[in-house]
Amino acid sequence: MVNNMWEYTDKVKEHFLNPLNVGEIENADGVGEVGSLACGDALKLTLKLDENQKIVDAKFKTFGCASAIASSSALTEMVKGLTLDEAEKISNEDIAEFLGGLPKEKMHCSVMGREALEAAIANYRGVFLPMAQGEVVCECFGVTDLEVRRAIEESDLRSVEEVTNFTKAGGGCGKCHDRIEELLIEVRHEKKATDAGQDGPKKLTNIQKIKMIEDVLEREIKPALKRDGGDIELIDVDGDFVSVSLRGACASCQKSQTTLKEYVEKKLREQVLDSLIVEEG
Amino acid sequence: MDNVVYMDNNATTRVAPEVLEAMLPYFSDLYGNPSSMHNFGGSVGRVVSEAREKIANMLNCLPEEIIFTSCGTESDSTAILSSLQAFPDNRHIVTSRVEHPAVKHLVESIDSLTGHKHKVTQLLVESDGTIDIDQFEASLGEDTAIVSMMWANNETGVIFPIVEMAEIAKSRGILFHTDAVQAVGKIPIDLSKIPVDFLSLSGHKLHAPKGIGVLFVRKGTPFMPFMLGGHQEGGRRGGTENTASIIGLGRACELAVENMGDENTRVRALRDKLEEGLLTNVERSMLNGHKTERLPNTTNVSFEFVEGEAILLHLDRFNICASSGSACTSGSLEPSHVLRAMGVPFTAAHGSVRLSLSVYNTEEEVDFVIEKLPPIIANLREMSPFWDEAVKNQK
Repeated sequence: MVNNMWEYTDKVKEHFLNPLNVGEIENADGVGEVGSLACGDALKLTLKLDENQKIVDAKFKTFGCASAIASSSALTEMVKGLTLDEAEKISNEDIAEFLGGLPKEKMHCSVMGREALEAAIANYRGVFLPMAQGEVVCECFGVTDLEVRRAIEESDLRSVEEVTNFTKAGGGCGKCHDRIEELLIEVRHEKKATDAGQDGPKKLTNIQKIKMIEDVLEREIKPALKRDGGDIELIDVDGDFVSVSLRGACASCQKSQTTLKEYVEKKLREQVLDSLIVEEG
Repeated sequence: MDNVVYMDNNATTRVAPEVLEAMLPYFSDLYGNPSSMHNFGGSVGRVVSEAREKIANMLNCLPEEIIFTSCGTESDSTAILSSLQAFPDNRHIVTSRVEHPAVKHLVESIDSLTGHKHKVTQLLVESDGTIDIDQFEASLGEDTAIVSMMWANNETGVIFPIVEMAEIAKSRGILFHTDAVQAVGKIPIDLSKIPVDFLSLSGHKLHAPKGIGVLFVRKGTPFMPFMLGGHQEGGRRGGTENTASIIGLGRACELAVENMGDENTRVRALRDKLEEGLLTNVERSMLNGHKTERLPNTTNVSFEFVEGEAILLHLDRFNICASSGSACTSGSLEPSHVLRAMGVPFTAAHGSVRLSLSVYNTEEEVDFVIEKLPPIIANLREMSPFWDEAVKNQK
């Protein structure tokens, strides 16, 4: 993961060096606490409302890096003067945008801001947070499947790395990468099913199919295999049968069959056609 | 940038003015290839030989035991991969949990890299970062091809007992490599007395430029080149010599020998003053790493309930350069693998700051950091949701 703190915008630096609304409102109407010391960042948001459910004051206390502090400061500025219904619509992208953007590895800081806001609103209304009800996917950072699904849907995430950037899930021991991969596929399939329902099923011509397969190979599969010293070549496409040849380290790797079925075929099915069968030719 | 307070010398160091001066002619007038069959190139070759002798002199080894590489990472890879090729039936590697990524990531990817299954033992360390020698001895087996242990840790400065470990490995006929990138130039190293087979060093950690490294390979050690090509370095490392940098490194090693006393007296005293000043002026702070088994220039201090990147960016406003083992600065979402291996609690690992000095630091700079850092911690704690509670629980 590339991590250069000088990628911060001036606005992020300004809100980090001179944060606004630091503190805690006494007898707050809504309190939202997210994150933990172990996770490396945590935010406590307190809100004061008037009789029309309008946010008249917001304060924060944050433990975390520059972008976590800046996101908290931005959040409190953004919600002041809004009604709860209006505040509820604030997304993590809105927080990032307010700051002129965040480095992609730091998007989870804006997500933490939005989650604290939701928690504070839920606290005021006396309801449980729906997102916390899911099944925990990432033990290291305590992220649920509902949170992961939502991030994939809302920000159109396409890889485990992107999910980690936005939710932190998968950023620790890495044991949940397979589960995140499954969630990515599930959400994508659901989305495809919805899209297909609207447009009707698409039929690919042979040329289109080959082109799409080549595209996925070049864009995703080859770079991933190359990282492990391997490579792959497309040999032929006959109906649903895709024959390929594994090269480099993959050719002698004992796990090549698993790579072929579990990774290559899965990717192609997911992005080209559900019925594809990948074989070594 | 004259007002920079540079205390990040374990990351990289300033090129010494004497080093730069020695190098400059070899960028301009004296550009010959040392391998050429004319005096113009050959005369550069003679200066490269002199540089090799200066490095050998510092390490007390033979000049032909010095192989020039591009960096410490290349030296580490060369030593480990060479040993695995030399003993293809031995598929066991012994190393520690706290190695630099140059070794850690290499051994963790060794199966996919070589296409062979290996057993990798990454030894645990104590809470002060030291290693248990009995545990080390017990980890060695019949099939151990190579031991790779860092001499001094880049994050904490903690020194491993390389002499004892190398002697044990030698008595068992096992090759021993040490990543001495942080140790060379800071503590005396005498390779005539210490039976390591391979040692890696990097120029830019001792006031030579970036892009030059050395692998010491003891005479008689089985060796397979990592980079094949021309006959340079006796066929042990192909590629035209980085003449200017090699000559610069030779000069830097001479200076390191001259400065060794200063490093271990004046620099050590400055480091101790800095450390003492921070630990006494900031409550809930603690030292990471063994207090004495340590490089003279390094201190790693944790400030509980605050986050490292935030500290560094505030220090940067005063042009103070330091580094941290926090998640946000370790390039991942978890704090440094070194601090985690030592069992430093999360409350402290995220708020760790490493300050590493050099002979160029002054007492004024140390005083300046002792003045500026405590208020930064206080300010961030004021903002931390955990601080009030921590203070309350204490009372």
